[in-house]
Amino acid sequence: MTLLSVENLRIEVAASKAVIVEDVSFAVERGEFLAVVGESGSGKTAAARAVLGLLPPELRKAGGRIVLDGVDLAGVSARQMRTLRGPTVGMVFQEPMVSLNPAISVGAQMAEGLGLHERLGKREIKRRCLDMLARVQIRDPQRTFDAYPHEFSGGMRQRIMLASVMLLKPKLLIADEPTTALDTLTQREVLDLMVGLARDHGTSVMLITHNLGLVSRYAQRALVLRQGNMVETGTSRQILFAPREAYTKRLVEALPRRGATTKPRQGGEPLVSVRGLKVGFAGRQRLFRRDAGVSAVNGVDLEIAAGETVAVVGGSGSGKTTLGRAMLRLIPISGGEIRFRGRDVTATMDRDFRLASQLVFQDPYSSLDPRMRVGEIVAEPLRHVPQLAAAERDRRVEAMLDEVGLAGLAARWPHELSGGQRQRIAIARAIVRQPAFVVADEPVSALDMTIQAQVLKLFERLQAQYGFACLFISHDLAAVEQVANRVVVMQGGQIVEQGTRDEIFDHPQHDYTKALLAAAPVLDFAGTAAERASG
Amino acid sequence: MRANTAIGGTLIALLLGAAVTGAFWTPFDPLRINLRARLQAPSPVHWLGTDEFGRDVLSRIMVGAGASVVIAFVTVLLAVAAGMVIGCVAGYIRGWADRIIMAVNDALLAFPGILLALAVMIVVGANKVGLILALGLAYIPSVVRVVRGTVLSIREKEYVEASRVIGNSEVYSMIRHVMPNAIAPVAVLATSMFGWVLLAESALSFLGLGVPPPAPTWGNMLAASRPFMETAAWLSIAPGLCIALTLLGINLLGDSLRDRLDPRMAHG
Amino acid sequence: MLGYLARRLAMTIPTLLLVAIAVFALVRLIPGDPVQVMLGDAADPAQAAQLRAQLGLDQPIPVQFMHWIAKLAAGDFGHSITNNLAVLPLILDRFQVSAVIVLVAVGLAACIAVPAGLVAAWKQNSLVDLSVVGGATLLLSIPSFWLGLLLLLLFGLKLKWLPVIGYVPFAENVWQAATFIVLPIATLTMVEIGVLTRMARAASIEVLRLEYVTHARAKGVPEWRVLARHVLPNAFAPTWTLIGLVLGHLLGGIAVIETVFTLPGLGRLLVDSIFARDYPVVQGCLLFTAVIYVVVNLIVDLCYPLFDPRVTVA
Repeated sequence: MTLLSVENLRIEVAASKAVIVEDVSFAVERGEFLAVVGESGSGKTAAARAVLGLLPPELRKAGGRIVLDGVDLAGVSARQMRTLRGPTVGMVFQEPMVSLNPAISVGAQMAEGLGLHERLGKREIKRRCLDMLARVQIRDPQRTFDAYPHEFSGGMRQRIMLASVMLLKPKLLIADEPTTALDTLTQREVLDLMVGLARDHGTSVMLITHNLGLVSRYAQRALVLRQGNMVETGTSRQILFAPREAYTKRLVEALPRRGATTKPRQGGEPLVSVRGLKVGFAGRQRLFRRDAGVSAVNGVDLEIAAGETVAVVGGSGSGKTTLGRAMLRLIPISGGEIRFRGRDVTATMDRDFRLASQLVFQDPYSSLDPRMRVGEIVAEPLRHVPQLAAAERDRRVEAMLDEVGLAGLAARWPHELSGGQRQRIAIARAIVRQPAFVVADEPVSALDMTIQAQVLKLFERLQAQYGFACLFISHDLAAVEQVANRVVVMQGGQIVEQGTRDEIFDHPQHDYTKALLAAAPVLDFAGTAAERASG
Repeated sequence: MRANTAIGGTLIALLLGAAVTGAFWTPFDPLRINLRARLQAPSPVHWLGTDEFGRDVLSRIMVGAGASVVIAFVTVLLAVAAGMVIGCVAGYIRGWADRIIMAVNDALLAFPGILLALAVMIVVGANKVGLILALGLAYIPSVVRVVRGTVLSIREKEYVEASRVIGNSEVYSMIRHVMPNAIAPVAVLATSMFGWVLLAESALSFLGLGVPPPAPTWGNMLAASRPFMETAAWLSIAPGLCIALTLLGINLLGDSLRDRLDPRMAHG
Repeated sequence: MLGYLARRLAMTIPTLLLVAIAVFALVRLIPGDPVQVMLGDAADPAQAAQLRAQLGLDQPIPVQFMHWIAKLAAGDFGHSITNNLAVLPLILDRFQVSAVIVLVAVGLAACIAVPAGLVAAWKQNSLVDLSVVGGATLLLSIPSFWLGLLLLLLFGLKLKWLPVIGYVPFAENVWQAATFIVLPIATLTMVEIGVLTRMARAASIEVLRLEYVTHARAKGVPEWRVLARHVLPNAFAPTWTLIGLVLGHLLGGIAVIETVFTLPGLGRLLVDSIFARDYPVVQGCLLFTAVIYVVVNLIVDLCYPLFDPRVTVA
């Protein structure tokens, strides 16, 4: 029994007629879990919003047929469409921080949909809301009901969102990257709740995602989109393990795999070492008092050998980013010591250390000065190389750009480049002076999957070539598994476990590490969970 | 919104054209009194009529345009230059000095700009230089606020951190990375400020606290027209229309500049 | 709440102190002997000495300042030089006129501008939006004093519906009083509609782009309810702040409107005193306006949490 069928859907930009989605057809059966997979620009979000009739004003549906629960949406009035939204189809959005109205209490927002679609008394509405809040495992439903959204974390808001949508028992739930903004552990919890609720109510789910691990864990069927076109569709098992199309193969191959085992280096002094490192952020200065401060890093000991890659993993708030910044002496530390090549560089900023260390940022859109050309950006670190002739400098910039696969783009502006290209520029800038130590702070997590794979490969190649040591900060365990020699697990500003990569991944000791590994969405080679569940 | 740019550009070009022409040539001597030709309605000889002293209104409008443009331009230059320096210093050094600068600045902002200008005018006297000084001082605080806010937000950008990691000094990062990126919001502000200053200048002149007669400005022409409203309405219409069209031009140009440079900057 | 109020009040002290210093310094900075300037050249020495003593100008400057502040704190703003009236009652009397005009005008402008901006944002880039934006930009560009003159020309002189010159207090004759202030209010309302509409539209556009609006629509909420319940409250917060600023600036710039319509308001009092070199009144007007401005902003800040629960006053 088909709940939703989409035929030859075409979506255009209203003004320029540029095609966003072209000739996309798919169906969702009752009770089914369909994953729509694609990278940025694939049109997956636009296709989903077209089902709800909620395309942003600059887009318009230019063709195709959408039949939802037996109703052809082409012949439906705005008023009828509104009666479908909610009880027939509901949607969970990506950004929990902006998808709840900050000016209205949680309870009122949940009650709004119920009041519109069902004839219920006030007390009954409230009872159902409280039940649903309890169902999504919110600890104090009564208090939550009266609270405002800003009082909750991203994970909690996403549960509230889920509760508010599922309250109407929709026949189809569209979830647009619902957990992308959450950290690994929370992601697992929210998705498990969503699947459980959908099963309870017999709701079909259309999960829009870029994460093949989630497809493997939750979906029965998958649809792959690329640049507005359908690439292929099939059971998730077939898509993941026997992809027919070249692009799908590339997507699956782009998943990070464990790299060749590298022996931990022996002997010699560590390149960089920290002992008892503490970083505290002072509380806000009020008129007469200072708020209590928070300690972001609390007594970390860590050694990194020359040429070694040490990965730091942990959820949000674990202090991993602060650790990286503090090791580069970019933020003041409140205790402990940092040594570089055996010298104490804690008290004064050592010039050699500064020139020998580099940082690669997460967001390639804010880490490049928008008013400098690519060539200038890459050349800038060479200012501090003594006695470098202009011709030699230009040659090195040219060579470096060639190295990262961007030869001939020196005269471009950053905004003219794609995210992946920008991140290559950021890497080129970090490597051009041949540093001994690089901190990479989530260097690929803002990039598309296939781009991630390319950039990770580039990073590995450059590291082999130039031999710099790397502190690789990431929440993405798969990427860590691919590049790290050693892994450090952080929680609440402290290291809870560290060891070689294989030790950590194969024999985790600490409960937190085990939880992180269990929550990580990886391809399940034993067959997808959904298929196991259904039989 | 290309129409914005076109209409705004045309209006401002007309203003500048009139101002420049007026500096070298006007149909009549704008100051020559001719009591036999007083209060004449617009005619082929006097396109915009004559005033209560028989002076040609078009000539006075053209000269007045020059006065307005010069005053507004110099004032904006003064306020932006001083505001940039103070704002950058405050945003750069932070700490106690910043707090003191901002406390004074906020106190000044907590005072209607035109009143501040009025107060300064009382001290320096009603003349062109006094007007520029008064309005310049009155608008410095808003520039300081925007520049400091921009500097503070750009300082936190990752590309500035990247510059630090490279080993560049704070001052170098400030000049090479922070300042160029702070230009856009200041340009938007300066455009709107040109309009505010022009309006404030004509308001002060209208009150008799601006450029003193007989030198013509649009504001004092409008003030002088008040007693003759019934008999010579054109005296009230022409200068006001000029102010309105100029402001319209600036507002339209400001909008298109804002859209181009910084679509997210809220109107305020 | 009370703690917040106390802190917020404490924050206004430096501002008011700075304003007081500036206003005090103003008279000292005027070139020449203020007494001579005030009395003119024909003053006899005895009269000059008496005024000097009356203004306390024969004492050292810091003493003068402390003395002046102490008197201000007691509500004594001094006496007018031209007619020897106490300054504070004079100001309060004139302020009533200005306050009525400004408050009514801003209230009316907000009532028109906020819905107009909301609808324009909702129908962004449509003909409705274009006309609203165009109209607002046009109104924004018209100087208030010129618009006032034009309205006076039309309704006073051509149509003869309303009186051109003069003022009657409300206490004497409500109907007549209304005929004198309807044009000034209309003028200010139109001018402020321009500013407020643009702000309300920009704020509404920002809000309409946010996911929670789509979320509301995805629940099947009708459009009018989306606008009234989800967009308006969130878009109103920034507009509310602007309303406070507008109120303050109107009070500062009220002199021009009062000049056009020959109303005996605070602004006119200030300008007349400047011309008459009646410095105690000038000082009083400047100080009073600053205090009002600070109080208005205080009230605006205190009400802000009503529109945005994220901002707490605890």
